[in-house]
Amino acid sequence: MADTKLIVTPAPHLRGNIDTPTLMRDVVIALLPACVAGVYFFGTPALLSLIAGVVGCVGAEFVFQKLSARPVTVGDWSAVVTGLLIAMVLPPHVPAWIVVLAGVFAIGIVKLLFGGLGYNVFNPALAGRAFATAAWSALATTGYIWPASMEGAAWARGIDAVTSATPLTMLKMGEIGGTSMSRFYMPLFLGNVAGSLGETSALALLIGAVYLLWRTHISLRIPMSYIITVAVVTALYGQDPLFHVLSGGLILGAFFMATDYVTSPINAKGQIIFGIGCGILTALIRLFGGYPEGVAYSILIMNAAVPMIDRFVRPKRFGEVKARA
Amino acid sequence: MLYCQVAWEVGVVSSLGVVYKGVRCMPRGSFRGGIHPPENKSSTGGLPIVAAQQPSKVVVLLNMGASCALSSMVARGDSVLKGQKIADPAGRFGVPSHSPVSGKVTAVGTVRTGLGALDQAITIEPDGQDTLDVSCVPVERVDKLSQAEMIDIIREAGIVGMGGAQFPTHVKLTLPPNAKVDTLLINGAECEPYLTADHRLMVERPGDVVRGTQILMKAIGVDRAVIGVEDNKPDAVEALRRATSEASAGGVVEVVAVRTHYPQGSEKHLIKSTLGRDVAPGCLPFSVGVVVNNIGTAVAVADRFDRGLPLIERVVTVTGSGVAKPSNIMMKIGTPAIELIEQCGGFAGDPGKIIFGGPMMGAAVPTADVPTTKGTSGILVLDRAESRSVEPMPCIRCGRCVEGCPMHLEPALLHQWSEAGLWSEAEAYHALDCIECGVCSYECPSRRNLVQAIKYAKAEIGARRRAARERGDK
Repeated sequence: MADTKLIVTPAPHLRGNIDTPTLMRDVVIALLPACVAGVYFFGTPALLSLIAGVVGCVGAEFVFQKLSARPVTVGDWSAVVTGLLIAMVLPPHVPAWIVVLAGVFAIGIVKLLFGGLGYNVFNPALAGRAFATAAWSALATTGYIWPASMEGAAWARGIDAVTSATPLTMLKMGEIGGTSMSRFYMPLFLGNVAGSLGETSALALLIGAVYLLWRTHISLRIPMSYIITVAVVTALYGQDPLFHVLSGGLILGAFFMATDYVTSPINAKGQIIFGIGCGILTALIRLFGGYPEGVAYSILIMNAAVPMIDRFVRPKRFGEVKARA
Repeated sequence: MLYCQVAWEVGVVSSLGVVYKGVRCMPRGSFRGGIHPPENKSSTGGLPIVAAQQPSKVVVLLNMGASCALSSMVARGDSVLKGQKIADPAGRFGVPSHSPVSGKVTAVGTVRTGLGALDQAITIEPDGQDTLDVSCVPVERVDKLSQAEMIDIIREAGIVGMGGAQFPTHVKLTLPPNAKVDTLLINGAECEPYLTADHRLMVERPGDVVRGTQILMKAIGVDRAVIGVEDNKPDAVEALRRATSEASAGGVVEVVAVRTHYPQGSEKHLIKSTLGRDVAPGCLPFSVGVVVNNIGTAVAVADRFDRGLPLIERVVTVTGSGVAKPSNIMMKIGTPAIELIEQCGGFAGDPGKIIFGGPMMGAAVPTADVPTTKGTSGILVLDRAESRSVEPMPCIRCGRCVEGCPMHLEPALLHQWSEAGLWSEAEAYHALDCIECGVCSYECPSRRNLVQAIKYAKAEIGARRRAARERGDK
């Protein structure tokens, strides 16, 4: 009888059409405009760096999982995401072997040792960057260059094109900031400035972000609360908020790193608190810290706070509108 | 000039309001959370209800959930008439069962049910005459009946919630003395994909829906009723509106179209969508002055009062990719599913899964040769390709389940507690609020069986509470 072959599984018997590999692949797609912008502004070394990141991450995941006789999960695209992000948060002219090792650290230590996809506490790409900058600080923090296209540009008058300082570094050093910052808005928006490989072009990042929003993979809660908080705190301190929003890794961090599912709070209220926390920390580091930029460390610190946020910040239940008499 | 300024400001303020609403609130007739899965209703939504062929046997189950077992009033070899009471519950909670056909009792004993369990049942072989029992007479002088008498008639007719849960209707109608109820809500949402049984009842028998509604209103003593219908059934809304305007006096019956959004048919959500009232967690609808009943239940009530028929028939939607000719069938309750599928031209291709109810909350049955029940709103046959399930992947904490949960719970965390056996954690994260709608599992990109784990946690929490109570009693 045909019946004996019937499948009995628990409800629901319909499933949505978005699965985890699709999600991760969409993040890769969303990162591509910023990668292309990075290669456009910083040249072939940037492309090599991106390849090194992906090779390091995917290779590490494959090798470690083979060695530990676990199922190989490189097909879920998540290692590709980490690989691209690692290259994107490092300077464009950093030696490729550093990018590879950062990827191996991110996947091997930060992701797989904690249990693999879904179990890591810290954002693997940012932890990989933190590792690289701590281990080879001279090499990993001097690879910043100004795009060749900015030379001779009117807005760049008074800037020493040979220096490798990013706009935020120059601000920290007091080289800029005395006068109006508005001349930097357009280069920062387009990406025609020194910075990490994938962080400079706000335009390219926003194109990717719009794609993720359209696909409903991310919401605006974390990015907006993060960005608005940075703008408000820096404005209160008397600095140009728009300069702060557009410079450094804020747009990249807010839309692609702070929104990392695994390492951000699971409910709406928690996500807004997380974003505000990232924003306050970033602004404080930029304004008062020893580093010119604080996006990476802010997100990593807030990652550590996620279990606590999930514990204490709970959504209001359906029907729980007011206390009933 | 001043006028322009004012107009501009009004415009800005109101458009800000719209933006705010768009971001934060939901359209009228809806709620936050939920999903809109493919409806799959078009293959049967336009098909009139057809009468079932005479079944070769009917199997009347003696168990409607663990809490109310029935005892048989007939024995093997007895002759029974259509509509004759053949089984009675022990307490006041359950309802009796009636023979859907006239014929001979061939067995009283163990059968396999749709849940895969073995259960007690009365099996009857129809004689094809459908001779009606003498007890099946319409109720006269409804106006003279007290509320208690009306509720008793409904109980005696074996009427239960026909949306699937089979909760006894008379229990819903019997309100605590201090309850202040002002509205009867009739649930015509039919939010489960594929199902069109209630849809067809509303289109074809709107007069009976309204009549049943009016009887139910009288039984609970309210003069206002609302029928909530998802807006993917405009023909049903129109038919009901016409019927309510034609209906003779008997209170105000309002038909409200609500957004097509799963799980709109959850009673708490339909109350929110139609009446704007919030039923607090752990509370029943009467706490906000509402009693909710299903479309099918209203029609069953009308059948009992106007035609004298107890609940022995219902509409079932037989549909899905694995059925040759999907149909809405008025079937005798207890007809084996396989006979209904055969009436629909049999299987199309290789059946992979047979589901009693809808695809979101229905139960997959182990074989097609199982009896239908009072709660069988659909028989959904999926072909093998559609039935394939995928191995779950790790939770990536994407929060889609949290976003989708219509009860505003955190299914991913509940799943975590359930898997770890941390029942008190699961309880603290409000597992008991879960309405088991399945949105979390539907949304999960890692294909995890979230709702299943939460159901398991609910059962464990319930068992521990019972155990604690028993310890306390001793």
